[in-house]
Amino acid sequence: MKRKIRIYRKLFSSTFYLSAFTFGGGFVIIPLMKKKFVDDLRWLDEDEMLNITALAQSSPGAVAVNASILLGYRIAGISGALITVLGTILPPLLTISVISLFYTAFRDNIVVNAVLKGMQAGVAAVIVDVVIKLSGNIVKENSTASILVMIGAFVATFFFKINVIYIILACGCIGASKALIQAKKASKGGDIK
Amino acid sequence: MIILKLFWSFFQIGMFSIGGGMAAIPLIQNQVVDLHNWLTLAEFTDLITIAEMTPGPIAINSATFVGIKIAGVPGAVVATLGCVLPSCLIVSLLAWVYFKYKEMTAIKGALSGLRPAVVALIASAEISIFAMAIWGEGGFSANPESINYISLVIFAVALFILQKWKPNPVFVMIASGVAGGAIYLLI
Repeated sequence: MKRKIRIYRKLFSSTFYLSAFTFGGGFVIIPLMKKKFVDDLRWLDEDEMLNITALAQSSPGAVAVNASILLGYRIAGISGALITVLGTILPPLLTISVISLFYTAFRDNIVVNAVLKGMQAGVAAVIVDVVIKLSGNIVKENSTASILVMIGAFVATFFFKINVIYIILACGCIGASKALIQAKKASKGGDIK
Repeated sequence: MIILKLFWSFFQIGMFSIGGGMAAIPLIQNQVVDLHNWLTLAEFTDLITIAEMTPGPIAINSATFVGIKIAGVPGAVVATLGCVLPSCLIVSLLAWVYFKYKEMTAIKGALSGLRPAVVALIASAEISIFAMAIWGEGGFSANPESINYISLVIFAVALFILQKWKPNPVFVMIASGVAGGAIYLLI
């Protein structure tokens, strides 16, 4: 029981802290989550983090909230999911409640804008760092199919602005059919022996 | 009654915004500006600006902002809960299915196809964030004068530090913000 409470507390404080720093769109939380839950706490591995990202992206709602739910569920079931949702929505709820009282002053403040501009550059660096690491790992897998899927998905979303849902569905189907064909081949190979 | 309306509006926004923040903006505008007149278009533009400046998903920021304006703190809480409830229900179900069947060949294969795609999606999102940081609202432009060199330097230094010492990314973000504010005040 004590152990459980410790895990709950850690889940809440981690997601609260990560959410408080998720500036500029849902994907920013992914590198932060990876650092915290994969590298520091070692509660899950990098592949699983990417699976969670894919599921979060293809479900309705905000990516950050969805990723938190999946992560909480993975670590501590439904109660874990409830705790991580709470941890993720409280920081924006509190920040906006306070800012809405004086939002024009906040919006027009030059120092606030300068700090945010600097932070934007920092966020961009954080994501480039993660993209380098993640794409490096995909290339290291040495699977031509994975590399082709990565390039294809990038071209589809960046140049052709194809809806993310279709890209995810297509790549999921490619992966599934490849695995099924391989499984079939393997079982046939077994028959000959 | 207004509390229920808030809840239902943001429930729909949470339910139908698939694929991240930008996809949610037109839905929010439709509910908040067109259908219910809770905000004027100018206030809505302010809201988007502030949502970009503060942490958290745009849908949640909007729910809090509109809720507090229309019905005070209870309104903010109810609208925010309405906004995340669809995610909670659908994603929990999905999580249950995923963790139960993730060892099946087809599911495993599908996920291994998704992983490189997700890396590509993050890379693509990164390019817009980078362009926003370096060139501002308008995005990429070939004119060297439109480059924000302070941002470019902060970006380069931050990336170097991340690659070399692998610090906690949150510290890098805070330090970049402090550097941005300090350079502005000094110049």
